[in-house]
Amino acid sequence: MIKHEIFEKNSIVLLIGILLVVSIGGLIEIAPLFYLESTIEKVKGMRPYSPLELAGRNIYIREGCTSCHSQMIRSLRDEVERYGPYSLAAESMYDHPFLWGSKRTGPDLARVGGKYSDEWHTEHLLNPRGIVPESIMPGYPFLLENPLSYKDIKEHLVSNKMVGVPYTDEMIETAMDDVRTQVDPDADTDGLLARYPKAQVRDFDGNPKVLSEMDALIAYLQMLGTLVDFSAYQADGPNQR
Amino acid sequence: MTRETTAKARLSIDGWVTAAALVIGIFYAILTAARTEDPLMSIHAYIFAGAFLLGIFAIIKAYYDSSEHQANKPADAPVEYNLDVIKAGVIASVFWGIAGFLAGDTLAFQLAYPDLNFDVSFFNFGRLRPLHTSAVIFAFGGNVLIATSFYVVQRTCKARMPGDFAPWFVFWGYQLFIVIAATGYLMGITQSKEYAEPEWYADIWLTIVWVVYLFVFLGTLWKRREPHIYVANWFYLAFIATVAMLHIINNLTVPVSWTSTKSYILFAGVQDALVQWWYGHNAVGFFLTAGFLGIMYYFVPKRAGRPVYSYRLSIVHFWSLIFMYIWAGPHHLHYTALPDWAQTLGMTFSIMLWMPSWGGMINGLMTLSGAWDKLRTDPVLRMLVVSIAFYGMSTFEGPVMAIKAVNSLSHYTDWTIGHVHSGALGWVAFVSFGALYCLVPWLWNRTQLYSLKLVSYHFWIATFGILLYITSMWVSGILQGLMWRAYDELGFLEYSFVETVEAMNPLYWIRAIGGAFFLIGALIMAYNLWRTARGDVREERRLLSPESVPSPVAAE
Repeated sequence: MIKHEIFEKNSIVLLIGILLVVSIGGLIEIAPLFYLESTIEKVKGMRPYSPLELAGRNIYIREGCTSCHSQMIRSLRDEVERYGPYSLAAESMYDHPFLWGSKRTGPDLARVGGKYSDEWHTEHLLNPRGIVPESIMPGYPFLLENPLSYKDIKEHLVSNKMVGVPYTDEMIETAMDDVRTQVDPDADTDGLLARYPKAQVRDFDGNPKVLSEMDALIAYLQMLGTLVDFSAYQADGPNQR
Repeated sequence: MTRETTAKARLSIDGWVTAAALVIGIFYAILTAARTEDPLMSIHAYIFAGAFLLGIFAIIKAYYDSSEHQANKPADAPVEYNLDVIKAGVIASVFWGIAGFLAGDTLAFQLAYPDLNFDVSFFNFGRLRPLHTSAVIFAFGGNVLIATSFYVVQRTCKARMPGDFAPWFVFWGYQLFIVIAATGYLMGITQSKEYAEPEWYADIWLTIVWVVYLFVFLGTLWKRREPHIYVANWFYLAFIATVAMLHIINNLTVPVSWTSTKSYILFAGVQDALVQWWYGHNAVGFFLTAGFLGIMYYFVPKRAGRPVYSYRLSIVHFWSLIFMYIWAGPHHLHYTALPDWAQTLGMTFSIMLWMPSWGGMINGLMTLSGAWDKLRTDPVLRMLVVSIAFYGMSTFEGPVMAIKAVNSLSHYTDWTIGHVHSGALGWVAFVSFGALYCLVPWLWNRTQLYSLKLVSYHFWIATFGILLYITSMWVSGILQGLMWRAYDELGFLEYSFVETVEAMNPLYWIRAIGGAFFLIGALIMAYNLWRTARGDVREERRLLSPESVPSPVAAE
């Protein structure tokens, strides 16, 4: 330790030494993820969230659902059997932020879309133990009462575009209408479905009079994991769209 | 030093700068409040404006108070340390600690008895959970780190912190960040990135505070009257600098608008996941480890009255620890969509990290060579030493859990929660309690604590609580992990998810009770410290001979 004195007698040298030493690991591990095929490949079926789904995702974030529910099925036999095909990197390519989670106090939700009916979700979110007696989930009755606030949904899409989500100008222009269209089974949905293939259109919370936060959250839950068609997906094959 | 006979200005330069910045801040906050359509943003804008206004009042008051005592000081006068801000830090640490433990135990009871969520938005588990984690890590831990680092850096440099207002700006600015973060969580403002939940404007505010903190710390090092920078300060400096780097990169974000509480993170999906856990694991590595090792390297030798065991080990420990910790993040993402090589790299470094961690533990424990008898008579030293033992245990458990095969069982379960708490309660909180028990008599000029017996009660009650906590979480985590992967004789999954939830209920009760013990211990400490600061001494049989109580001057 002959030369360690230089660090002990000069705070700037010490500071620079620290910054150099702590930069190496991060650079080597993180930088390649922006270039490697397995982390940036596109998979057929993936598209940006529809405005209503995005609003629902923001409610999922707001209520801290990710504290207890993961959205990342690991490549382990029991997880694939319990939840479905293991999660692909591409499936969260439009997720700002990612919501993989770190704890399963409740089950994984990466592929919850379509597993339960809208009525089940509404009842379960209102009163979880009314449906699953052993559940320890809190209830969210206020979601049904709160009208969804989406007057700035356009700006949300613009921000997403700025961080790299490929929202087109058309998508941004029609964002307000797309929110309303997706909960209205009688509306003309051709444009919405062309912009957001596989988007599910219906009144989600059982109350057509109010566009509630519950509508948005269930719209989000019902699309989770449904975009990639795993009957056609091949792990080794070309899946570029 | 420049404190000569020239009449000192009524307000130092940093006072003027702070005042000007606060005035600008008030205008900007009020402008934001007026323009925003987001009611939550206007609440936060008014909190900012109110806090800035209080800051200006404080500076005006200092301006009028300053004339009397500042004049005419000889150049060779003994260093007048800035201790008031450290006293404030000690009080804030105790307050936020108890608030954070209370929030945590509330969550524990909610998991055992879910009706306690009351199904109202701001009291539901999902919103309280970041309140708990931020309160204990950043509010309690952060205040302990700021207070002890201010104390240690001044003492070991024999120099007063630079500026009259900069240290206070760091302290109050940090409290403001905590208030903004905490009220935000309850109102549903969150980025959802674990331990980085505060939204963009709180992050920017924290960055400003943190940069001032770095300069106050560096400024004290520059003024030092000692040739060498003491080892504790290396760790504090690494903590401050690295946390700044982690915080800025993990919070790169595009706000929806300048008047919106919502923003979208720059990175997506797998890249965001690794950036987050690079941040998240090093929040553990640099906030909860390097910073608190700084505490260990000052307070343990001080309390034991012995020098640090090995100088050479300190150097090896320091550089290898900060080098290796940065690599360990991917062990939070085993078997996920993160590329396999990154997972393996994370696992490898996590296992190697065991060595520097135990190097530090040995350096701390062996400092007691020749003073082991004090463990019998000094419960404060006992607390410090047990914290190092917990550090050793959880830094052994961590590498084990980072092994992919083990992690496939432990990940997503309560085992992780138990592991975090053996580190957080056993190491971070205990070493903090030890430091607080040392600091209060030193800062308030008391010869001894109000009661060593109460320290002893605190020690045993809290230790019992920790043991209940971590053992119940081991059982719960391993139980659930095994149930998830159990197959029946026909090859089907044996248990539905909710059966695993039901099985954990008794363990959740045990954990919640363990947490309550820990909270009670902290309340005993708060009482003891309050009475100490008042100057009271409890009549009790002496555990400690007077000469073995270290004074702050003795071992500088």
